[in-house]
Amino acid sequence: MKILVTVKRVPDPYAKVVPNTAGTDIAREGLQWAINPFDEIALEEAIRIKEAGKANEIVAVSIGGDECQEQLRTALAMGADRAVLIQITEWLDPTSIAHVLTRIYQREQPQLILMGKQAIDTDDNQVGQMLAALLDLPQATFASKIHIENGTATVERETDAGIETIRVPLPAIITADLRLNQPRYVALTGIVRARSKPLEVLPLAELGIAPQVRVRLLAVERPPARQAGKRVADVRELVRLLKEEARVI
Amino acid sequence: MKILVIAETNGQQISEKTLPAIAFAQQVAPEEFHILAIGHGLQGVENLAGYGAQSLWLTDDPILARPLAERYAPVVTHAVQQLSADFVVATTSTFSRDVLARVAGLLDAPMLSDIIAFMPQNGRYLVKRPVYSANLIGTFEAEGTPLVLTVRGPAWGKPNPVDSRSPVQTLTLPTGIPTRSEWVRLQGSAGGRPDLTQARVVVSGGRPLKDPETFEKYIGGLADVLGGAVGATRAAVDAGIAPNELQVGQTGKTVAPELYIAVAISGSVQHLAGMKDSKVIVAINIDPEAPIFQVADYGLVADLYEVVPQLIEELKQARGDA
Ligand SMILES: Cc1cc2nc3c(=O)[nH]c(=O)nc-3n(C[C@H](O)[C@H](O)[C@H](O)COP(=O)(O)OP(=O)(O)OC[C@H]3O[C@@H](n4cnc5c(N)ncnc54)[C@H](O)[C@@H]3O)c2cc1C
Ligand SMILES: Nc1ncnc2c1ncn2[C@@H]1O[C@H](COP(=O)(O)O)[C@@H](O)[C@H]1O
Repeated sequence: MKILVTVKRVPDPYAKVVPNTAGTDIAREGLQWAINPFDEIALEEAIRIKEAGKANEIVAVSIGGDECQEQLRTALAMGADRAVLIQITEWLDPTSIAHVLTRIYQREQPQLILMGKQAIDTDDNQVGQMLAALLDLPQATFASKIHIENGTATVERETDAGIETIRVPLPAIITADLRLNQPRYVALTGIVRARSKPLEVLPLAELGIAPQVRVRLLAVERPPARQAGKRVADVRELVRLLKEEARVI
Repeated sequence: MKILVIAETNGQQISEKTLPAIAFAQQVAPEEFHILAIGHGLQGVENLAGYGAQSLWLTDDPILARPLAERYAPVVTHAVQQLSADFVVATTSTFSRDVLARVAGLLDAPMLSDIIAFMPQNGRYLVKRPVYSANLIGTFEAEGTPLVLTVRGPAWGKPNPVDSRSPVQTLTLPTGIPTRSEWVRLQGSAGGRPDLTQARVVVSGGRPLKDPETFEKYIGGLADVLGGAVGATRAAVDAGIAPNELQVGQTGKTVAPELYIAVAISGSVQHLAGMKDSKVIVAINIDPEAPIFQVADYGLVADLYEVVPQLIEELKQARGDA
């Protein structure tokens, strides 16, 4: 079985992200970048499935600029077998990303596509579901447990109502939630080995697709800041203020 | 402009989480909006009839008894086409994220998630939504219809009731719905307390609450005297102290109650993303430097094990006085 894993380059989840001076995007200088944490979890899951003898190849794919090679190298060091970078020069909206990924699907013919549930930069939470629709594949989003057997994935999903279990035949798209696993640290041997693993760079034009971008980011701003309020001395004062000042109890 | 609101359901029951999406429709397209509810033997449909929708469409079929995106998305797509809707809207939730993004794929339509503002401008739409864990607000421009939207509940509130009743109409199931995905089970904790995203008061606890019993005693106990819901941090959920559906934050639920009490929560950006729009925030934390105090209206530097029992007592008395 071949597994395709998507890898997006995003600012480090613990980095402080601020608007640029024009307020048109985030300030990029000095930012640390990382694999989208949900994609790292998706990749970890793919590696575990392979380690369990249920897959024989993991292909990591990223869509972005040349700098994404850094995240793909990390993916190779973690345990992906091959990586593909689809080079783009202009920002693409989620529908376009999904369209580009359909081409990769056709090229690679994986039995399983593992993706993050959401990219923590624009927090869309769309591409997996869109890709599943475009490819007419079943989807299991927000996975916290995956069990694969006889061409079927049994997936526990984190929903607002609790843990829901669904079963989908492969090929299918599964998107990872935080509790699916704890990604491994990249070992030095992995980094060394990753250097000799193939990383293919494909300009978007070579996929014969010209996506139509219909959503654009115009501006970013800080939300109105919340003022720190007052310190209260004890429980009695707290209850009095909640009653008399805030009037919420 | 014609809006189709997709009701939040679990296949059996309409959820009140639908209401913010209806409030959105009332504001953006008061002249014509419709509501679609999907399921089998759905309870509570009549609760959606009093908000001025042109019609309340119902697609009922045994294969829709559980909310599987693979089955629901084509029903929504069919309705969008039947009604020539310009916007497909639902309140942000795991249900709508799962189903509507698939709808966007089926329609090959642009989509914006979790929006807090919407301004039409000559065939284009300016949309505001939180990005980067709600550290920033992004302004996006979308073009073309149909446009798929999920709306952030707290930003749109509740719809206004109207005097008339929307007629309930049947929308027949389109043919060829794929039934490859199969629903197996749901393990929820539910248990009597108000829905986290709807509650007027939310009491949340963090990692230091040790175990489920301690969490229930202190956090559950405090929530109960206030008639509130219970929330938790991811760290608490990961430690097995609280069930996962209680997680508040970037990757959990977004809440904006009138009163949010954060007990032993450090105040990470990811947690703040889900609660900082609450009206009044109270923080109880042993560490005076904890970042949660920067967003709290009232901060109490104290050991939770000492002050939460006192607080429960005081509140019981205060309630008695009132
Ligand atoms: C991609 C990503 C997504 C995430 N999504 C979420 C999310 O949706 N929601 C979320 O909550 N987190 C999320 N996190 C995790 C987040 O970064 C924090 O790790 C988490 O919120 C910390 O939880 P906590 O406050 O319970 O624990 P801690 O950070 O350990 O804080 C515990 C606090 O309790 C105080 N304390 C200790 N003992 C006592 C006592 N006896 N009495 C009073 N106070 C005491 C301490 O001073 C401390 O401030 C995410 C992280 C990542 C990377
Ligand atoms: N540019 C990209 N390159 C690779 N994968 C992506 C890209 N954008 C989105 N994805 C994948 O789609 C998932 C959902 O992203 P989103 O819908 O943008 O929140 C992410 O976790 C990634 O796995």
